[in-house]
Amino acid sequence: MASTATTAGAEPVFHLEEEHAHAEGGSTMLGFWLYLMSDCLVFAMLFAAYGVLGGNYAAGPAPKDLFDLGLVAVNTTLLLLSSITYGFAMLTMDKGRVAATQAWLAVTMLFGLGFLSIELNEFAHMIREGATPQRSAFLSSFFTLVGTHGLHVTFGIVWMVTLMMQVARYGLVEANRRRLMCLSMFWHFLDVVWIGVFTFVYLMGMLR
Amino acid sequence: MSAHDHAGHGHGGAPHGSLKGYLIGFVLSVILTAIPFWMVMTGAIDNKQATAVIVMAFAAVQIVVHMVFFLHMNPASEGGWSMLALIFTVILVVIVLSGSLWVMYHLNANMMPGLHEMREMP
Repeated sequence: MASTATTAGAEPVFHLEEEHAHAEGGSTMLGFWLYLMSDCLVFAMLFAAYGVLGGNYAAGPAPKDLFDLGLVAVNTTLLLLSSITYGFAMLTMDKGRVAATQAWLAVTMLFGLGFLSIELNEFAHMIREGATPQRSAFLSSFFTLVGTHGLHVTFGIVWMVTLMMQVARYGLVEANRRRLMCLSMFWHFLDVVWIGVFTFVYLMGMLR
Repeated sequence: MSAHDHAGHGHGGAPHGSLKGYLIGFVLSVILTAIPFWMVMTGAIDNKQATAVIVMAFAAVQIVVHMVFFLHMNPASEGGWSMLALIFTVILVVIVLSGSLWVMYHLNANMMPGLHEMREMP
């Protein structure tokens, strides 16, 4: 870019401006949306695998023996609450209030951590009872599907901590706003996937 | 990048939503989550098949609610490209899910006569 600026005079300035408009505006959001759609396909494969293998218990434990719907309801509530608190973080970000944004992000992170600890506790409980991923095809596909979602939440939390540090250091600059909007889409998307998980895995599992 | 520090104007067509929008979305999702959980936990409807269909319908509606109120999907965002990508993905997801379930159900039903007979035995 520097070389074109020295050789071509005024024109590269115009060129540079145009590229900036693209980087700051639509393309990042659309690109991130496309990533989410590809992530959606990953989850579709895992749902399909669970749908096909979910009935193969290999004479092992079935959903009814393992799942505690009360805990799942608490988990769903936590994730839903984290979705709305992230929404509040975005609204305060729009008003440029750094402290309030940070506070809402922290609340969102706590809900996310609560969700993860309950889920890990549930996994540990199942494994202690002998319902390991190796036990049956049902359990393999269950742990793969729900574990992948949990892994996404984990990385969302890591991302959130990173962005909170960025905001603390540089404030709500344009770049940080854009990153927070990407994380917002990621976080709400995880909530959408969780709707599929609690419906198809937990509720339908109890009906089976 | 630093030149854009306080550029508080529009963000290139990515809508943010409003407090009202988030609250409507939240209340709707709470209702749409609570009813299926209540139905399954209490067994409000005796027919399991009917319960399953209703639970799935609630999930579908809730996914749309999240898309509209939390992810701010609308046909105009990003010049229609996000909607196009979403429709494409939904078509792929439907093909993958229904195709897998359909094919594998028939494989199970037709390819394992031994198991099938065993299940029929009293």
